[in-house]
Amino acid sequence: MNEILFEKLGGAAAVDAAVDIFYRKVLNDERISGFFDDVDMEIQAAKQKAFLTMAFGGPVHYTGADMRKGHAHLVARGLNDSHFDAVVEDLVASLQELHVAPELIAQVGAVCESARNDVLGK
Amino acid sequence: MPTIQFNGIDYPCNSGESVLDALTRQGVMVPFSCRNGICQTCMMKSAEGNIPAAAQKGLKSTLQAQNYFLACACHPVENMAVSLPAEPNRLLPATVTAIRPLNADIVCVGLDCPELTYYRPGQFINLYRDSHFSRSYSIASVPADGYLRLHVRRLPNGRMSNWIHNELALGDNLHISSPIGSCFYLPDKSGQPLLLIGTGSGLAPLMGILRDALSQNHAGQIYLYHGSRDKAGLYLVDELRELEAAHGNFHYIPCVSDGTESEEYKAGRSLDVAMSAHRDLSGWRVYVCGNPEMVKTARKKAYLARAAMSDIYADAFVAAAPPIGNAMSEKQTAGKIP
Repeated sequence: MNEILFEKLGGAAAVDAAVDIFYRKVLNDERISGFFDDVDMEIQAAKQKAFLTMAFGGPVHYTGADMRKGHAHLVARGLNDSHFDAVVEDLVASLQELHVAPELIAQVGAVCESARNDVLGK
Repeated sequence: MPTIQFNGIDYPCNSGESVLDALTRQGVMVPFSCRNGICQTCMMKSAEGNIPAAAQKGLKSTLQAQNYFLACACHPVENMAVSLPAEPNRLLPATVTAIRPLNADIVCVGLDCPELTYYRPGQFINLYRDSHFSRSYSIASVPADGYLRLHVRRLPNGRMSNWIHNELALGDNLHISSPIGSCFYLPDKSGQPLLLIGTGSGLAPLMGILRDALSQNHAGQIYLYHGSRDKAGLYLVDELRELEAAHGNFHYIPCVSDGTESEEYKAGRSLDVAMSAHRDLSGWRVYVCGNPEMVKTARKKAYLARAAMSDIYADAFVAAAPPIGNAMSEKQTAGKIP
């Protein structure tokens, strides 16, 4: 948890503002939207919110094991680095749309990067 | 130190402690997951509604209106009485006051239920044929009607729906549950445009929501797209045309998907017709009811058309799987899952 980053981004209110924009981008992104075809929208939106809270350095505590377990079925369906990159790209674009400072966006990117191997089951 | 009453027992809550922490510390089983007000697993209901604002953050406004809150985000400042959001199981007696065909497959059932003092049009009830056999039906009436109206579509092999269509008679007594569900109108944003999309008997909750909105003088535009395969499947057409004539902000668009063209209705599926007419739904509130596949697609399309997730309300009508052997066949043949 990176309290300073989370506070600088605007905390829970920033997550609320970003999640609607971000998840819409993900569903519109043909590179990755196929992974979301069969999931319940509301459950998925809650998960996206948890993901953003984590990426923003906020109070959500997923362990590496949680990440591996939670994405294993997607890895089995072919989830790889290119999809991971697409998600991060959509997140960066969402934050740019919200006029978040570039250095904070870079820190969010670093938090995401730290989860890459666990998400992809490497 | 505030106390939390749960199942008739008072549990003290330490200063700074959440309802979730206070209850679990004292051995009460409350489902939870994130403990951070995000996952909504620990949702509970307050009896009196004295809920700190932070505990309702992120909940749908219809759930807020029913005093639901998140136990992990609730730090009580005064005594609270809380319960888990289990389905209410006390059954209310009801008498059949009307059975009226709406089209070849759907009847309107009127029920007089004196013990039912309050409901939100668009919620649903479970209707019990006997103590073990029930199905869910949406409420198409408004409280001012004085009795409940349900729309029951006859399903092939549907044991409840065929019983209702073939055998249920005026004056019969049966039981219903308390109203359930969060798909209903809220007058908090009177100027907000409303988009109502339904297929088949999915019109029932939309009819309740529509009439509720009109009776509360909703100021924004209201569009209702009701879809059916053919013209014969549409119903309440005259009533809806009358409402349209009486309310300048209400627009009724019946849709028929079998390929026939007519001036009376739009050709195409209701969802497609609606989405091509309203490409930008930012700021709208959207209600979708009916066929589960349609509902699922509609939620996604409405969201992609920029409706906020929290402004999309949906009710999928699920016909239960056919019975396997003779075991456990008493559940959900013609009902829907909340």
